[in-house]
Amino acid sequence: MSAQTDEAVLETRRLSKYFGSVIAIKDISMLVRPGTVTCLLGDNGAGKSTLIKTLSGVYEPSEGDYLCDGEVIHLHSPRDALARGIATVYQDLAMIPLLSIWRNFFLGSEPTKGWGPFRRFDVKKAKEITRDEMGKMGIDVRDPEQPVGTLSGGERQSVAIARAVYFGARVLILDEPTAALGVKQAGVVLRYIVRAKQRGVAVVFITHNPHHAYPVGDHFVILRRGQVYGDFAKADLGLEQLVQMMAGGAELENLAHELQREAGDDAELREAVAVLEQEVKAVAAEPVVVERRADVVSDEEGRPEG
Amino acid sequence: MATEVEAPPKAADERVRATGSASRLLARPELGALVGVVLVYVFFAIVAADNNFVSMTTLASILNRAAPLGILAIAVALLMIAGEFDLSIGSLLGFSGMAIMLLISPEDAGGFGWPLWPAVGFALLLTALTGSINGLLVNVTKLPSFIITLGTLFIFRGLTIAVTRSLTSRTQLSGIDEVPGFDLAGTLFGTRIELLGAKFSITIVWWVGLVALATWVLLRTRTGNWIFGTGGAVDAARNVGVPVSRVKLALFVTTALAAFLVAMLQVVQVNSADALRGTGLEFEAIIAAVVGGCLLTGGYGSVVGAALGALIFAMVQQGIVITGVDGDWYQVVLGSVLVVAVIFNNYIRRKAATR
Repeated sequence: MSAQTDEAVLETRRLSKYFGSVIAIKDISMLVRPGTVTCLLGDNGAGKSTLIKTLSGVYEPSEGDYLCDGEVIHLHSPRDALARGIATVYQDLAMIPLLSIWRNFFLGSEPTKGWGPFRRFDVKKAKEITRDEMGKMGIDVRDPEQPVGTLSGGERQSVAIARAVYFGARVLILDEPTAALGVKQAGVVLRYIVRAKQRGVAVVFITHNPHHAYPVGDHFVILRRGQVYGDFAKADLGLEQLVQMMAGGAELENLAHELQREAGDDAELREAVAVLEQEVKAVAAEPVVVERRADVVSDEEGRPEG
Repeated sequence: MATEVEAPPKAADERVRATGSASRLLARPELGALVGVVLVYVFFAIVAADNNFVSMTTLASILNRAAPLGILAIAVALLMIAGEFDLSIGSLLGFSGMAIMLLISPEDAGGFGWPLWPAVGFALLLTALTGSINGLLVNVTKLPSFIITLGTLFIFRGLTIAVTRSLTSRTQLSGIDEVPGFDLAGTLFGTRIELLGAKFSITIVWWVGLVALATWVLLRTRTGNWIFGTGGAVDAARNVGVPVSRVKLALFVTTALAAFLVAMLQVVQVNSADALRGTGLEFEAIIAAVVGGCLLTGGYGSVVGAALGALIFAMVQQGIVITGVDGDWYQVVLGSVLVVAVIFNNYIRRKAATR
């Protein structure tokens, strides 16, 4: 039931954002299609946060175009983005711990019944919809009265995702939804990402963990130092290549040197260095060769020296 | 592909435990206060058995005392659930009572000589305005409402004393029963209901009615959900479209209106207004709300709980009087009740959260 089409719902063309003299992101070009998961990967400081804040309307781009449905748009606030169906679920969730699941689910968009002074919150409907929607995402809400604070981190993320999907998100931007989670809980969240995709939502999944990104992603955009370092379809990329790219041969080597300097006569650290050096050799022996996608405008020459 | 209940049943089994109605009850914020009401009543019933604590007259005097405090506590609880305080509510009570009396007092006595109902309407407007000053100051400055309303506590009280004395050279005005139109006001705000030989004030009826109304608003309307959201996590609430500033403003006006209603009830019942009336009530109302299970940090609490808190307050007060204990000990007992209630509530809440 994948609703993949070739029309991009979001597109950026050479998008840049500067803060004074700092170039946070430079010439980012990418496409986001309905019914697909686009993974944005990058180490700390790669520009992931700036990019998603620009996509979600928190920042306005300094240069370049931001297109929604093929039309250039200018977002002035997250509300503008929401109005176009671009919803962002931040890591520090928009959830109120002491409130029950169903109250959280509908906070700010409560269904009502009755008229005039007797207009009231349709509690029964709210609970039903909450249970149904969570069910559609594959989670069995044991008790919608349960305060959100008693849910696990993964379940909380799931409520936030289910809510965004229910309220008509066409694009779902997830800011490191699995970062603070254990393996099992991250699995729960990854499952919802797939569910959202199957319902035709364009998911932008930000992470620095290739093992989380690879199983669910259709498309991988790797950021490094504020620029697009690589942009691949899943067919063109294996998990190992992705892992290597995330780590990067040069980075691994630096890390090995750094560790060696610290190691001294600590046997355990020396062992770690040996492992790293082996990995560096492996990366060197099998260089990552991947084709750039032709449909994505990406300007190699436009980059300043990294 | 399964669409529902896809979670592996085993995992679900080990994590779902039958939570009976008992633990559901534990999760309610007013439970602590309910237990408190029973305990305090039983305590005084035993200690003051010789002094007739269990009687209609004592019940009437407890409820008559609890009702005005209870009305204030409703508004204070709503505001506290939204994460704010109003320390100026006692001053506003003095202010609105005096505003009514000044407007209706004859001109030769320094008043304005207005007819009763226009005066009541105008005083209501003035009080709502002072409430919105609190709300606007908090919204605009983003400072803690504790500080803002601590300031307005003194401003409104001082204003009341200064204006009253400069106009009438007194701080107490009486004689509302001589103004035309008093009959209806007397019925609405001053009726005493005789029941089994004891006199119950109509304030109790207002109190119970408002508890029902406020509970309905809090639990069954969008506004109620917004109040919880505003106090629970203000930024999260704003992000999902809750008009946080409007909610706070409306609640500051609500506390002012509660103060006005209590002032009106008292002016009619005791036939006078005093510039100093309501001093200290702000703390009593906060105590009632907290004893009733409201979290000082917002996002959690109940109107019924606040009402029960006011009831505990009045029982302790009457109990001490009836037992014949030296009144000097009253504050010691009151403070102890507050501390014990908060510890108990905290314990219950932690139990409920990890049920």
